[in-house]
Amino acid sequence: MIQGLPSLQHMTTNIEAPRREYVDGATAIVRGAIDAGCTFFAGYPITPASGILMAMMRELPKVGGIAMQGEDEIASIGMCLGATMTGARSMTATSGPGISLYSENIGVAVMGEVPLVIVDVQRLGPATGGATTVAQGDVQFVRWGTAGGYPVIVLAPSSVPESYALTVKAFELAERFRCPVFLLTDKEIAMTLSAVDVDHYPEAALPARVEKDSGLPYSWEPADAVEPMRHYGYGDAFRFTGSTHDEGGYITKNPAKVGALNEHLIAKIEDHRDEIEMVDLDLEAGAHTLVLSYGVTAGSARAAVRQLRSEGVAVSGAVVQSLWPIPETALGVAFDGIDRIVVPELNMGLYRREIDRIAGDRQVVGVNRIDGRLITVDEIVEVVR
Amino acid sequence: MNTVTITPISTFRTDDPYPFCPGCGHGPILDRLNEAMIKMDLDPAKVVIVSDIGCSGLSDQYFITSAFHGLHGRSITYATGIKLANPDLDVVVIMGDGGTGIGGTHLISAARRNIGITVIVMNNLNFGMTGGQHSTTTPEGGVTSTTPLGNLEHPLDICATVGVNGAAYVYRGSSFDKDLADRIVAGMQKPGFALLDVWDLCTAYYVRSNKFTRAGMEDSMRSWGMEPGLLYDRVTSEYATGYRAAHEGIVGTPTMSARPIPVEFEATLNHPMSLVVAGSAGGKIRSASRLIALGGIRSGLWAAQRDDYPVTVKSGHSVSELWLAPEEMPLTAVTQPDVLAIISDDGYGKAGPYLSAMTANDLVLTIPDYADLETDAQVVVIDPKSAEKRIPKTSMGLVYLAAALAMTGPYPLDALRVAAAAGSFSEVNLEAVETGIALATRR
Repeated sequence: MIQGLPSLQHMTTNIEAPRREYVDGATAIVRGAIDAGCTFFAGYPITPASGILMAMMRELPKVGGIAMQGEDEIASIGMCLGATMTGARSMTATSGPGISLYSENIGVAVMGEVPLVIVDVQRLGPATGGATTVAQGDVQFVRWGTAGGYPVIVLAPSSVPESYALTVKAFELAERFRCPVFLLTDKEIAMTLSAVDVDHYPEAALPARVEKDSGLPYSWEPADAVEPMRHYGYGDAFRFTGSTHDEGGYITKNPAKVGALNEHLIAKIEDHRDEIEMVDLDLEAGAHTLVLSYGVTAGSARAAVRQLRSEGVAVSGAVVQSLWPIPETALGVAFDGIDRIVVPELNMGLYRREIDRIAGDRQVVGVNRIDGRLITVDEIVEVVR
Repeated sequence: MNTVTITPISTFRTDDPYPFCPGCGHGPILDRLNEAMIKMDLDPAKVVIVSDIGCSGLSDQYFITSAFHGLHGRSITYATGIKLANPDLDVVVIMGDGGTGIGGTHLISAARRNIGITVIVMNNLNFGMTGGQHSTTTPEGGVTSTTPLGNLEHPLDICATVGVNGAAYVYRGSSFDKDLADRIVAGMQKPGFALLDVWDLCTAYYVRSNKFTRAGMEDSMRSWGMEPGLLYDRVTSEYATGYRAAHEGIVGTPTMSARPIPVEFEATLNHPMSLVVAGSAGGKIRSASRLIALGGIRSGLWAAQRDDYPVTVKSGHSVSELWLAPEEMPLTAVTQPDVLAIISDDGYGKAGPYLSAMTANDLVLTIPDYADLETDAQVVVIDPKSAEKRIPKTSMGLVYLAAALAMTGPYPLDALRVAAAAGSFSEVNLEAVETGIALATRR
């Protein structure tokens, strides 16, 4: 069975004297990035992601890395792409308006197969929306936010320890699949201070990137294989392009080459969903209702499941940590015996439509808010009951 | 004895002919770049040519160096990342006047930063690849496919723009310049940002639409006030090197890591408790809430605080929702606080939903202004004027929260005192804590 990250909410500590700190999710992201070997960061100030930028500017040089405040979001992600192709492990952080400006370069990262971690600290949209107001409105946007519709990976933490663990995981997956990986968080998860057991952070030790010093920069035979990276200044000269290219990085319109490249961009991720799927399953025997949540809404969802059980109501819970690709195998396990799925989200049902697509005959019900307030425990309990 | 003869590279070009139109100046400019790299005896594996979109974006494919071919107008951003990651590389940007326009902010920022890249603008005064539309450098009156009656905009002076903004090396010339290769060498060898604005003829469009010639181009430069030649030549430090030098002293120092807060007290709280403080931004509301949480953690409790405020910094409301709990709990909104402290008009403006949800077992602490507020909760008015000393606005939140702790007793007050003493502004905070406790006890 596919395992999610250990459910930190359900863990019990056996430590006699608790070892706790009081931190926010942004701090956990910065620590996760540094522990994952991040050496380059570029970002542009935007609420509620600025905390990550400021901390990276302060912390990254301490490990010999480089952190830049770009002249805008386009420059920031552009610098990350250049630095990664020169051997750096890069991250950037922004919010919805910044993702809009990243859009074209997200495509370059997909096309050129550039590992890059992109943190989206969601705020209420559309447009500048509510800078200090929580929302989960970017859940489809990050998936489909660049031309072409090619797959990306999106992870969503629901707590401070998950913010750390999933940042590390994001780097691991970006390296593994040579693609942009989004860490989709939000104003509350990034900025809420929480007591955290310091022993709850997982060990982070990512191996150095496999690079090669000569030969063609790309290969897509077999289609799902990911070629080791070439880096500028290491070994022979090589080419990179954001345009449709052959294995040598030369622009091509040859249909066989074009098709092979594009099928590769899909297959390398879609054929390896099992390496990406992460769902925190909290299943109860005999339950017919499943509360399925992600990100900040998982807080109320977990509390609602707890409360309902204390009232004798059988209910299962699932917190999706890998939003894209949709973790269909893990969710298939969660759906067993379930006839109703309740999906609370701070949007009008953006992820629910994906659940509906794979839920078969099951009833899929939303609990939704777009007014900047969190969904309460009672609101979920009412719908389940 | 064996002798090894090192032959300098005779060309950085591939064998492929350029794809440019007959008479186009792009090929000659690239030939001068090739000559420059030969003169410098560079290692092609240590050179990255960064290009973007348009006819100029075809250039990199004709060199044996490394290449990064990216988005329209963004070549400078990639080049910056490459140079930052490895300052030993020679990074050359080839872009057109189109890319210069769409990426104008990158041009200015790269000049200000003096990142050590060399930008060659192949400036043919219009968009050659997409049908001869006008660009930011199209002269006033210039006829293009999008200015059929003549351009109404003033042309961008690329050199002046980067020059006044700090660029180390700025040269304007044309594809016909005999010494262009030497100018490129000088730019590439110059520490800091170098830009060569190299005008050339677009024989497909601009030349045809405007009867534009080599002589006309050279005359035009002067008549438009855009003098050719070496325009700026400054001594500056290169950014990527400068960044490393500036941070050298902190490399290897510890990064922010988890530091456990000691648990020295025992809490009495045996159920989750929520406290909300509703005040004004600039009143240290979040810091006050944080100290209450830290006192709880020092007593073995779990804590979490969710803060709400507008985009403004020191105006508007500031509301902090704080949970204290004996067991770890998921993050949820506070709907019915056990304690609500209203300490300003801004705070009262946000208190409505809490007040209407609160019941007889809950407690409201308020400033005298709201003594008559409507709620089912118990209301306790605390008059800050009754304190022995005047309470600063920035201590109000902590005073009321300390009073709330003194009245509800979830954990020992000494834990709060220790937390206050351990942090920054300890003197002011300790005084606020004692004031709050005194106001609660005297009541």
